[in-house]
Amino acid sequence: MRHALMQFAPAFPEIFVLIMISLILVVDAAVDDGKRFLAYFLSLVTLAGASFLTLRDFSTLPVLTLGGLFIDDPLSDVLKLFLYLSVAIVLVYSRDYLRQRGLYKGEFFVLALFALLGMMVMVSASHFLTLYLGLELLSLSLYAMVALQRDSSVATEAAMKYFVLGALASGMLLYGMSMVYGVTGSLGLGDIAIALQDGTDLRIPLVFGIVFIVAGLAFKLGAVPFHMWIPDVYHGAPTAMTLFIGSAPKIAAFAFVIRILGQGLESQVSDWRGMLVILAVLSMALGNIAAIAQSNLKRMLAYSAISHMGFMLLGILAGSQNGYGSAMFYVLVYALMSLGGFGMILLLSRAGFEADRLEDFKGLNRRSPWLAFMMLLLMFSMAGVPPTVGFYAKLSVLQAVVEIGYVWLAVAAVLFSLIGAFYYLRIVKLMYFDAPHDAAPIKASPDARVVMSVNGLAILALGIMPQPLMAVCIHAIRASF
Amino acid sequence: MISLSHYLVLGGILFAISVLGIFLNRKNVIILLMAIELMLLAVNMNFIAFSHYLGDIHGQIFVFFILTVAAAESAIGLAILVVLFRNLHTINVDDLDHLKG
Amino acid sequence: MRVDMQTLYLVVPLAPLFGAIVAGLFGRLVGRTGAHVVTIAGVAVSFIASVLVFQDVLAGHTFNGTIYTWMTLGDLRFEVGFLIDALTAMMMLVVTFVSLMVHVYTIGYMHDDPGYQRFFSYISLFTFSMLMLVMSNNFLQLFFGWEAVGLVSYLLIGFWYTKETAIYANLKAFLVNRVGDFGFILGIGLVLAHFGSLDYATVFAKAPSLASETITLWPDTPWMLMSVIGILLFIGAMGKSAQFPLHVWLPDSMEGPTPISALIHAATMVTAGIFMVARMSPLYELSDTALSFIMVIGAITALFMGFLGMVQNDIKRVVAYSTLSQLGYMTVALGASAYSVAVFHLMTHAFFKALLFLAAGSVIIAMHHNQDIRYMGGLKKYMPITWVTSLIGSLALIGTPFLSGFYSKESIIEAAKMSHLPGAGFAYFAVLAGVFVTAFYSFRMYFLVFHGKERFHQGHGHGNEPDAHHGHDGPPHETPWVVTGPLLALALPSLAIGYMTIEPMLFGDFFGRAIYVADRHPVMHELNQEFHGAMEMGLHALATLPFWLAVAGVGLSAFFYLKRPDIPAAIAQRFSFLHRMLLNKYWFDELYSWVFAKGARALGGSLWRRGDQNVIDGFFVNGSAHLVERFSRLVRAFQSGYIYHYAFAMLIGVFALVTWFARLN
Repeated sequence: MRHALMQFAPAFPEIFVLIMISLILVVDAAVDDGKRFLAYFLSLVTLAGASFLTLRDFSTLPVLTLGGLFIDDPLSDVLKLFLYLSVAIVLVYSRDYLRQRGLYKGEFFVLALFALLGMMVMVSASHFLTLYLGLELLSLSLYAMVALQRDSSVATEAAMKYFVLGALASGMLLYGMSMVYGVTGSLGLGDIAIALQDGTDLRIPLVFGIVFIVAGLAFKLGAVPFHMWIPDVYHGAPTAMTLFIGSAPKIAAFAFVIRILGQGLESQVSDWRGMLVILAVLSMALGNIAAIAQSNLKRMLAYSAISHMGFMLLGILAGSQNGYGSAMFYVLVYALMSLGGFGMILLLSRAGFEADRLEDFKGLNRRSPWLAFMMLLLMFSMAGVPPTVGFYAKLSVLQAVVEIGYVWLAVAAVLFSLIGAFYYLRIVKLMYFDAPHDAAPIKASPDARVVMSVNGLAILALGIMPQPLMAVCIHAIRASF
Repeated sequence: MISLSHYLVLGGILFAISVLGIFLNRKNVIILLMAIELMLLAVNMNFIAFSHYLGDIHGQIFVFFILTVAAAESAIGLAILVVLFRNLHTINVDDLDHLKG
Repeated sequence: MRVDMQTLYLVVPLAPLFGAIVAGLFGRLVGRTGAHVVTIAGVAVSFIASVLVFQDVLAGHTFNGTIYTWMTLGDLRFEVGFLIDALTAMMMLVVTFVSLMVHVYTIGYMHDDPGYQRFFSYISLFTFSMLMLVMSNNFLQLFFGWEAVGLVSYLLIGFWYTKETAIYANLKAFLVNRVGDFGFILGIGLVLAHFGSLDYATVFAKAPSLASETITLWPDTPWMLMSVIGILLFIGAMGKSAQFPLHVWLPDSMEGPTPISALIHAATMVTAGIFMVARMSPLYELSDTALSFIMVIGAITALFMGFLGMVQNDIKRVVAYSTLSQLGYMTVALGASAYSVAVFHLMTHAFFKALLFLAAGSVIIAMHHNQDIRYMGGLKKYMPITWVTSLIGSLALIGTPFLSGFYSKESIIEAAKMSHLPGAGFAYFAVLAGVFVTAFYSFRMYFLVFHGKERFHQGHGHGNEPDAHHGHDGPPHETPWVVTGPLLALALPSLAIGYMTIEPMLFGDFFGRAIYVADRHPVMHELNQEFHGAMEMGLHALATLPFWLAVAGVGLSAFFYLKRPDIPAAIAQRFSFLHRMLLNKYWFDELYSWVFAKGARALGGSLWRRGDQNVIDGFFVNGSAHLVERFSRLVRAFQSGYIYHYAFAMLIGVFALVTWFARLN
C-alpha cells in the first residue's frame, strides 16, 4: 500500500494543482461578484504551493514512475518552476483588464490552472499517452479561454480557427504517433529510443510517422507553414488570453519537442534535423518579414513569435546537449520577453480601450518614461541588441548551429534578425520620438507596475549576467539526458 | 486474409477524407467538426490494427483515451460554435475572415 | 601596485556610466544642475584616471586580462577584459578629454533645452561605451562597444525628435550602419570559426600560421582567409567611420545637437573604425589585398568628400564633409601600413575637429540657431574668442606648418607616396589634391563666417532648432565662458600636440608592440629615414608641394569670397552640371533610394493607412529592400483569414516534408 502511494510522490505538484482547481471551482460557485478576488488569491496560492512542492522534491536524477508514464527529472522541475512563474505574472498583469471587461470570473482562473496542469503533464511526460493527454488538456483550456469573451465576434472567430486547426494538428500528431507505435511496438519514449537504437528496416513508415509528429509539434510551436493560426488567434483573442498563450505554452511546447525528438526519436536525428532546418528558415524569414507590415502590435508580436520559434528550433536541430540547453535558454527568455510585451499592452489598456495598435504607443516616453524604458528594453531584447538577454539567447543558438557545421544557417539567421530589428525599433521610435496620440493617464495598478519593472529589469540583468540561467539550463539538460 | 496493410490503407483513406473535408468544405462549420471526429477515428483504426498485429494491448488502451478526449473536444467545439452563431448569426466557414493579413 | 592599476582601469569606464545612470534615471530628482555636475564629475574622474593610466603605460606597464567572465558556451568563453597598451591609453586620453570638453560646453549649448538631463545622460553613456570599445581585449566586447556607441549615436541624432529631418537622419544612420555591421559580424564569425577564440592575443598569435589559408566563397575561386576577414572587418569600419560608399549617413547626422557632432561624429565614434584597423594590424599585415582595398576606399573618400564640402552652405555640413575627407586620409594611412600615422592623425584631428565643431556651435548660438553661412559674415569683431579659435582650428586642419594637423597630414602624404601596394599612386594623388580642396573649403567657410559683409540681418527667423527662442534683436555677442572655455582648452592641443608628439609616436617606440608592421611594408622605416626632427620638418615644408597647394587653396577662397563674390556664382552657372552633382552629393541618396525601394511610396498608403507614413518612407526608401516589401505583401495575401487556406498550408507542409524525406530514404 505504502509502495503504491509512493508511486505518486513525484507527481505531487500536479495532484496539488488539481485539488486546488476543484477547490477554486467550489469556492467560486459559492461567492458573489464582489468577492472574486478570492479565486485570484487562491490561484496565486496554488502557484506558490506548487512551487514549494516542486522545489522541495527537486530531483537530481530522473525518476520514472506511474508505470513509465510520468518522469520527474531536473528538466521538468526547472521548466515547471518557470511555468508557475509565467502563469503568476499573467494573472497579475491581466487582473485589471479582465475586471474591466467582465471576464474576472472563476472560469478564467480555473481554465488557466487547467492549462497549467496540462503543461505540467506535458513537461513531465515520458509516454505518448501522457504527452497527448497533457497537450489536449492544455489545448482544450486554451480554446475555451480564447472564446471566454462571449460577446466579441473576433474572439469567437479566433477561437473557432484555433479549435479547428488545433484539432487538425492533434490529429496529425496522433497519426504520426500511431506510425511510430507500429514501427517500434511501444508507446513509452524510453522503449521507443531503445527500439530504434539499432535502426529499423521499416524506414518509410517511420519517416512518415516522424513527418506527421514534426508537423504536429510545429503547429504547437507556430513554425511555418503550420503557423497560420498564430496571427489570427493572437490578434483576435482578448489580450489577457494572448498573453497567456504567448508565454507558458511555448515553454511546454519546447518540453514537448525535446521529449519526443530529443529523447524518443534521438537516434533519428538525421531525419528530423533536415525537417527542422526547413521549418526554422521559413519561420525566421516569414515571421520577420511579415511583421514589418503590421499596424497592430498584437499581430506584430505574433509574427515576431513565429520568428523567435524559428530561432529556438536552431538550438533543437543542433541535436546536442549544448543545443538543447541553448534552446531552453532561448525559450525561457522568450517567454519572459513575450510576457513583458503583451503585458505592456495590458498595462496601457483601460475600459473600452485596447492599446494594441502601434499608434497607441506613440509618445509613451512622455506619458510614462519608466514604462517606455521597460518597453525599450523588451524591444531591444527581442531584436537581439546587446546588452539585453535576447542577444545572448540568439548568440547561444547560433553557436550551437555553427558547432554542427551549419554556418550558412547561422548567417541566414543573422540576416533575418537584422531585418527583424527594424520593426522592433519602430516601436522604440514611436515611443521616444513621436507626440502622444492619447494623453489619458496610465492607470496600471501598482503591483502590475512593479512586476513589469522586475520583468524589464530582468531582461537587462540577465543580459549582463546570463551565466547563472545558462548554467541552470545546461545542467537541467545534462542531468536529464 | 485481411492483412495489416489493409487496415493501414483504410486508416490512411479515412484520414485523407477528413483532411479533405476540412479544406474543401467552405460552407458549414459543423462539417469541420465531423471531419475532426473522422480524423481521430482514422487514427484509432491505425492504433487498433497495430495493437492487434503487434500483440500489444497498450495501443488499444490509447484508443480509449483518444475517444474520451474526442468527446471533450466535440463539446468544446460545439460550445464555441454556439457562441459563434450568437455573435455572427452564421456558421458559414467563408464568413470567418475578419482576422487576416 | 598592479592591483591598484586594475581598479583604476575599472574606474575609467565606470565613472561615466555612473554619471549616465544618475542623470538618466534620476534626472528629475537631481535637477538640471545635479545632472551636469554628476556627469561632468564622472568624466573628469575618468579623465584623471586615464592620465594616470597613460603615465603608467609610459613607464612601460601594459596589461591584458579578464575582468569578468560573462558566460561560457561549450569551450568558448565570453569575457569582459581590458587590453591596456600605448594605443589604448592614447585613445582613452583623447576620448575622455574631448568628452570632458563637450560636457562642459553642453551646459551652455543646451541651456534652454527641455531634455537637458537626458542629453547629459546620453553623452556620458556614450563615453562609457566608447571606452569599453577601445579598452577591449577581445572581439565580442569590441562588438558590444561598437553596437553601443552606434545605438547612443542613433538616440542622439534623433534627440530633437520633433524635427522630421532628425528622425529621418537617425533611421538612415542606423540602417547604413546595419550594412557595415553585417560585414563586421561576419568577419568576427570567420575569426571565431578559424581561430577558435575571440581573444585578441590568441588570435594575433595564431594569425601567421593561418596566413596562407584559403577559403572558397564560391566554387573554383579560393580566397585568402586573411583578406576575407580583413575586408569584412573593414566593411564594419566603413559603416562606422563613414567611408565611401557607406558615408551617406554622416552629413545627415548633423541634425543632432552640435556637442554630439563634435564628440561622436568628429572626434571619437567615427574614428572607431580607424582604431579597430590599427588594433588589428597583425591581421591586416598578412593581406596586401585588404590593405590595398582600404587604401583605395580611403583615397576615394578623402578626395571626393572634400569636393562636396566646397558647395555646402550649412556651417555644420561643411565641417561634416571635412570630417569625411579627413577620415579618408586616416584610412589611406592604414592602407599604407602606416598605422601609427593614422592613429596620430586620429588624435590631432580629434582635437582640431572638435574645436571646429564647437566653434561652429558657438557661432550657431550667436546666430540664434541659424546655420546658413550665407547669412553670416563679419563675426570677427563680435566674437573674438570664437574667431581666434576657429582660425587656429582651420589652420591646423589645412596643415599649416608647426600646427598639429600639419605633422599628421604631411606624414600621411609621405606614407602614401612611399607605399608600393596597388592603388598607392591613386591614393597619393588623392591626398595631395585633397590638400588644396581642404584649404579651399575650410577658408571659404572661415571667410564667409568671420569676414566680409555682415549679412546676418538678411535671413534670420530660420531657427531650425527648437530652442531658438532667444531675442532676435541686437548684434551677435560672444558666447558664455562654458562655451568659450572648452574652445580655448581645445585650441592648445590643436596648436602644439603635433609638434610635441610626432617624434615619440611615429618614430619612437611609443606604440611598442601595440602596432605590428611586417617587414614587407617598410613605409614607416622609410619615413623615419627622412625625418630629422619636428622643427626641421616644419621648416622644410615651405619647399614642398602640399604647403603651396594649401596656400593656393586659401588664396583662391580669399579671392572668391572676399574680393569677387560674383565669381563663384558665375562658375556655378557655367559648370552647372558639376555644381548640381556636388550639391546632390553625387546623387548617392537617390541611387540608394532607387536601387532599394522603387515602389515603396505607393505602398505606404495601402499598407499603413493609419500607420506611420514618415517611418515607411525613411525606412523603405533608405535601406530595406524592395524584395522585403514584396514578400511582406505576399505573406499578407496568404494570411487570407480562411480556415481552409490555413489547413491547406499545413497539408502542403506535411506533403512536402513527406515527399522530400521519403525520397531521401
